[in-house]
Amino acid sequence: MSKLFEKIRQSKSIQGTLLALPTLIFMVGLLIIPLMLTAVVSFGSRPPEGGVEYGFSLDNYIRLIGFSKDCPVGNFECFNPLYINILKDSAVLAFNTTILVISLAFPLSYFIARAHPKRRNVFLFMVLVPLWTNFVIRVYAWMMILRTQGVINSVIGALLGLFNIPFTPFEMLYTPGAVLVGMVYEFLPFMILPIFTSLEKIDNSLYEAAADLGANPIRTFFKVTLPLSMPGVVAGTILVFIPVMGTFIVSDLLGGKNIILVGNLIQKQFLDARNPAFGSAASLVLMSMTLIVTYFYTKKFGFGEEIIIG
Amino acid sequence: MSDIAVELKEVVKSFKTPEGGTINAVDNVDLQFSNGEFFSLLGSSGCGKTTSLRMIAGFEWPTNGEVYIDGQAQGKKPPFQRPVNTVFQSYALFQHLTVAQNVAFGLEMDRVPKKEITSRVGKALELVKLNGMDKRYPRQLSGGQQQRVALARALVKLPKVLLLDEPLGALDLKLRKEMQLELKALQREVGITFIFVTHDQEEALTMSDRIAVMSNGKVLQIGSPVEIYERPNCKFVADFIGDTNFFEGTAEKIENDRVHVDIPALRNTLVGINAGNVKPGEKVVVSVRPEKIKLTNVCNLNYNCFDVKVLNSAYIGSDTRLEVISNQQKIKIWEQNHISTLDPRAFHQGELAGFASILPENALVLHTD
Repeated sequence: MSKLFEKIRQSKSIQGTLLALPTLIFMVGLLIIPLMLTAVVSFGSRPPEGGVEYGFSLDNYIRLIGFSKDCPVGNFECFNPLYINILKDSAVLAFNTTILVISLAFPLSYFIARAHPKRRNVFLFMVLVPLWTNFVIRVYAWMMILRTQGVINSVIGALLGLFNIPFTPFEMLYTPGAVLVGMVYEFLPFMILPIFTSLEKIDNSLYEAAADLGANPIRTFFKVTLPLSMPGVVAGTILVFIPVMGTFIVSDLLGGKNIILVGNLIQKQFLDARNPAFGSAASLVLMSMTLIVTYFYTKKFGFGEEIIIG
Repeated sequence: MSDIAVELKEVVKSFKTPEGGTINAVDNVDLQFSNGEFFSLLGSSGCGKTTSLRMIAGFEWPTNGEVYIDGQAQGKKPPFQRPVNTVFQSYALFQHLTVAQNVAFGLEMDRVPKKEITSRVGKALELVKLNGMDKRYPRQLSGGQQQRVALARALVKLPKVLLLDEPLGALDLKLRKEMQLELKALQREVGITFIFVTHDQEEALTMSDRIAVMSNGKVLQIGSPVEIYERPNCKFVADFIGDTNFFEGTAEKIENDRVHVDIPALRNTLVGINAGNVKPGEKVVVSVRPEKIKLTNVCNLNYNCFDVKVLNSAYIGSDTRLEVISNQQKIKIWEQNHISTLDPRAFHQGELAGFASILPENALVLHTD
């Protein structure tokens, strides 16, 4: 026994393995194996009563790229870009959300990073407070704000009512805009924190050096601040883009029946349509899409570590 | 074009303290920096030297008074509109840019043509002996090399004045000494006015044409290294630069610039020169450098000669450092070891070492601040 301890004490690689072991078991049991099962299921099909009939067929994938078998009478096969469009809509929404979140998070992070250290913690605390409330409850709150008799419409209506101006409430809920607002709101903190971290690392003397060398504030921003904060932007983008691609609660509650994203599609296949095989195929396609996007994105911008590690 | 590169006129800079009061980091400072000189602002931390430098660079604006660069009042001009460049203590290199891009930064900001940038960057890197390093990133360089990049980046703009904020502070002693000589040589070569902030008196003495000694936001003395060391004008400067003995006493009579000072601790009179412009009857200190006191067996003068007892001694190679006592006055004496011998004179604690003999011109009579 003591010999074993001696061996562990001397070997860094055994120590490393032991430290990684709990997480490794967890990840294999709850991520790798389920993922493989998903892959297996995705090649199956749905028997008439629902569920999975195992087998090997690419039908689910063929259906995803648009070659449907539910065709108008007379055609055996036809093209229906329904699922392609859902994937495209999801990607566009994730892209727009990320861009919006960056443009909102950057100025705020900059402000927080340059605030007095005492106040800085208060601001960071305020950024984190919403995360203490359940995700779904926060989306419900947006429903209260956006719906026809919601906060926004009531306030505008009451104000216009004072001047006897007739007011037709805006239809804001169940629109693509509502989903975008909800997504931006939900994922903003995940962009603020990494950008703040990288901005905070920029020593004040670098701004002074830029000014000293003749750069006005605007050029300082584009030549110094922005490039040095790219690691934060990259990290934040990964933290925002990937979950937005997959979540279904925001689009479900704020988009209603009008907005179907990949997340909604997968959820519906598993629950309503009782077709886990097609749902699994859609999950894997979603995963590969985000992997590909992330791969090219990080290849272009790096993870940024070469900037942070001096 | 005037001879004055930079001038501070009655400059005051006050800061708010956390307790709500204000302090004057720079307190009514007048300074003139001539074209082409190597000028050091010397003082301990918090004396206002860095704040003065930052006001010239434009990172801070004076609360009162005015900074002139090349005769132009600077007012609240931002740093990027001033014809000066700074070498920062932390170097402040841009980690996302290569060495060449760092050096080119300032020229790009001035929209210098690309071709000219390339040739000037090359020349600047050659000047600081970094040829061939242009494609490296700052993190791939040693501290000394990063320091050179910072220097090249500032010099390449050919500023009217180069401001250096303790640039050698982070280097180890040997490299520091090398860079001191190199910086001085570089300054002669480019002929640009250098304003050098340091707390290291030896560094200031080694490099400077002129030094301003600062304390508590005020300039105490301005002069050449020799003047500052040999003729300090007050107790603080004498104490801050080099090592010295202070004899406290009262000025008695003054004849021909010679002051007779009664030193109670010596129970004797010490005759010195009136470096601090003191008047009879005033409380004064007499400053005598330890290397300027001779240890003799007989008195060659019939004054300024005191029998001394050894308190302790240390052989440090070039000289032997003694602490002796005469009555109640402790005195430091540095005896140079002129002769190479394995058997230098031994000093035993408590023995009579002879006489400490002080030439009047080595004794500076100063005010007690």
